[in-house]
Amino acid sequence: MAFIDTSSVRKILNSRVVSTLTYPRGVDHYLAHFNPLWSMNEVRARVTNVHHYTADSVTLTLTPNTRWKGFIPGQYVRLSVEIDGVRRTRCYSPANSIHRADGQIELTIKAHPTGFVSRHLHRHATQDMIVTLSQAEGQFALPAERPERILLISGGSGITPVMSMLRTLCDEGHTGRITFLHYANSADAMIYADELLAIAQQHPNVELVRAYLTEGGELQGYFSQAHLDARVPDFAEAQTFLCGPPAMMAAVEALWRDAGISDRLHLEHFTAQAVASARDENAEGDVRFARSERIAVNTGTNLLEQAEAAGLTPESGCRMGICYSCTCKKTSGKVRDTRTGQISDAGEEDIQLCVSVPVGTVTLDL
Amino acid sequence: MKSIRDLSPADIDQIGEEFTAIRNRVLADLGERDATYIRNLVKRQRQLEIAGRLMLMFPPTWIPGVTALSVSKILDNMEIGHNVMHGQYDWMQDPVLNSRHFDWDTADTAKNWKLTHNYEHHTYTNVINRDHDVGYGLLRMSDKQAWEPRFLLNLPQAMILHVFFQYFVAVQSLKLEEVWVSRTKSLAKIREECKPVWKKMRKQIAKDYLLFPLLAGPMAPLVFVGNMFANLARNVWACAVIFNGHFPEEVEQFDESVVENESRGHWYVRQLLGSANFEGGRAMHIMSGNLSFQIEHHLFPDLPAHRYQEIAPEVRAICEKYGLPYNTGKFFRQQRSTWKRIASLSLPSRATQPVAA
Repeated sequence: MAFIDTSSVRKILNSRVVSTLTYPRGVDHYLAHFNPLWSMNEVRARVTNVHHYTADSVTLTLTPNTRWKGFIPGQYVRLSVEIDGVRRTRCYSPANSIHRADGQIELTIKAHPTGFVSRHLHRHATQDMIVTLSQAEGQFALPAERPERILLISGGSGITPVMSMLRTLCDEGHTGRITFLHYANSADAMIYADELLAIAQQHPNVELVRAYLTEGGELQGYFSQAHLDARVPDFAEAQTFLCGPPAMMAAVEALWRDAGISDRLHLEHFTAQAVASARDENAEGDVRFARSERIAVNTGTNLLEQAEAAGLTPESGCRMGICYSCTCKKTSGKVRDTRTGQISDAGEEDIQLCVSVPVGTVTLDL
Repeated sequence: MKSIRDLSPADIDQIGEEFTAIRNRVLADLGERDATYIRNLVKRQRQLEIAGRLMLMFPPTWIPGVTALSVSKILDNMEIGHNVMHGQYDWMQDPVLNSRHFDWDTADTAKNWKLTHNYEHHTYTNVINRDHDVGYGLLRMSDKQAWEPRFLLNLPQAMILHVFFQYFVAVQSLKLEEVWVSRTKSLAKIREECKPVWKKMRKQIAKDYLLFPLLAGPMAPLVFVGNMFANLARNVWACAVIFNGHFPEEVEQFDESVVENESRGHWYVRQLLGSANFEGGRAMHIMSGNLSFQIEHHLFPDLPAHRYQEIAPEVRAICEKYGLPYNTGKFFRQQRSTWKRIASLSLPSRATQPVAA
């Protein structure tokens, strides 16, 4: 793919002549004819390997196209995949080192019991699948100047961003002490178990501390001060990077706050979307108009009326769901379709304002 | 055969429920099959376009080139563009195949099309003075429309409309007849509204009549003429299909009063009675963008069009149950009926009251 990306080819593809020749569909439409990975702007990747480290997880190795700008350890990407005709988008953190020689990206997805996309990928991800990625995003990242003493705390699938941090630090020959503290239900449930053991053996400055609910690890049970006292007594001197389930993260945050060292704790909130109340007859939550920077209390009527009541003037037409003039992007939250009663996904999608009623708090790109 | 007048309010409500049930059932069933259908169609259209444009550059392959490009433009316009912009595939959350972002290979802008077609035409289908598609401001297509001397030219004007259809559609939202005929709109306003229209039009003209010919070097005239024929084929075909959908003589037209406080059931019945199907095989259905099922399209504009064939028997059954007509016939039968209407309305009608402008 390298030859197509010389700067002169890109200049030609970006020129007015080519843009008019490919008008109005655009260059990407025709590039896809030759190779589904080719795109002027979109990051796409082909799955080159599918591996199951544990029974309920899947690890995908992906080769991105040349649009991929790389990432900082700890950041995440938005992965989009089509499931039963519908494109779904979820956030995952690359677990590979940024210095990985073959330039591939490694994503590990844990199949949550109620996770639609994670379960699909766990069961049906195959080699040669093509997915779309966003560029890397997120503030949770290893600082450019690597801290000397590092504590990496993770739980469950939160292992992925800190795994990237650890692998990167090892590739860089980091000499400062690193403690990798991981919480999992059991030894079987721990992703990357073998590799982490190997890393700890090969790098004297890396200490692996495994905490299971069952026996078998260096620690047992949920996170507590006692765990720190036993294994990481100098935690207050480290820069700590934390990613895991909400309860665990809350416990760590509280402890760091009490110790007065919150500035040394860096977080990634790795949770599923908040589930709206099932009682959609009672109007709950707010309607947030992100671009207009307004918030209104949800009155329970359709979003077109609520936007107009808030003083906005979105495009509209038939006001009965036929013409699609009022189609708008919902960034988050669930809505109910007044024609069918169906409740939507909680994530980002386009909706028709005139036939959508909020179910809990909704944010619109309006 | 009955009309809306002959149905009781309870009947109309019941009809509304039955059509809504069909819609909800199809909506719940949408999935991979439909996504695969539209993606394959887009691939096929793209192949034909690339092949067509290349073949047009060489005399021996010129005729297949024109054919391929014509088919590609027709598919882009009808089965892909018109349907995607109706929101039929919005549920896929695809960044390209959605009604917000899709733009098609014709002079009309997506925005203006959605305004005149999705909103005006589909909400006020066949309502005189509200549905601009009844005549396009150019023709007299209803005896409820007052006769004017300019309508003596109904037949030639209809032919001109067919030949240059993409340009008439592109300016449809401008309502030019309000400037030149009724003089209720100022030229200054038109100039403002014209800007996005002209922007798209000139890019399309540059593409088909300047750049692609130039790319062919010495074969430029071949490509120029070839592109002209392809656009002509798409224009005439699209216009003919659209006319077949609403102008055979037995299709009903409605007074403005019907849209005040119109119930859902009444809207469904008006859509049904104001539309007509035509028969054909699979190729005909795809090439007409499934507007061979104009009735089903007007009942369910946002259901993927390839589903209309499956639900047509149910729609027909509902018509039979309530004694309503299901307007259909062979393609050329619908065409003959349509052109008869165009011809007869070019002369002043005898007994009907003209509708106040």
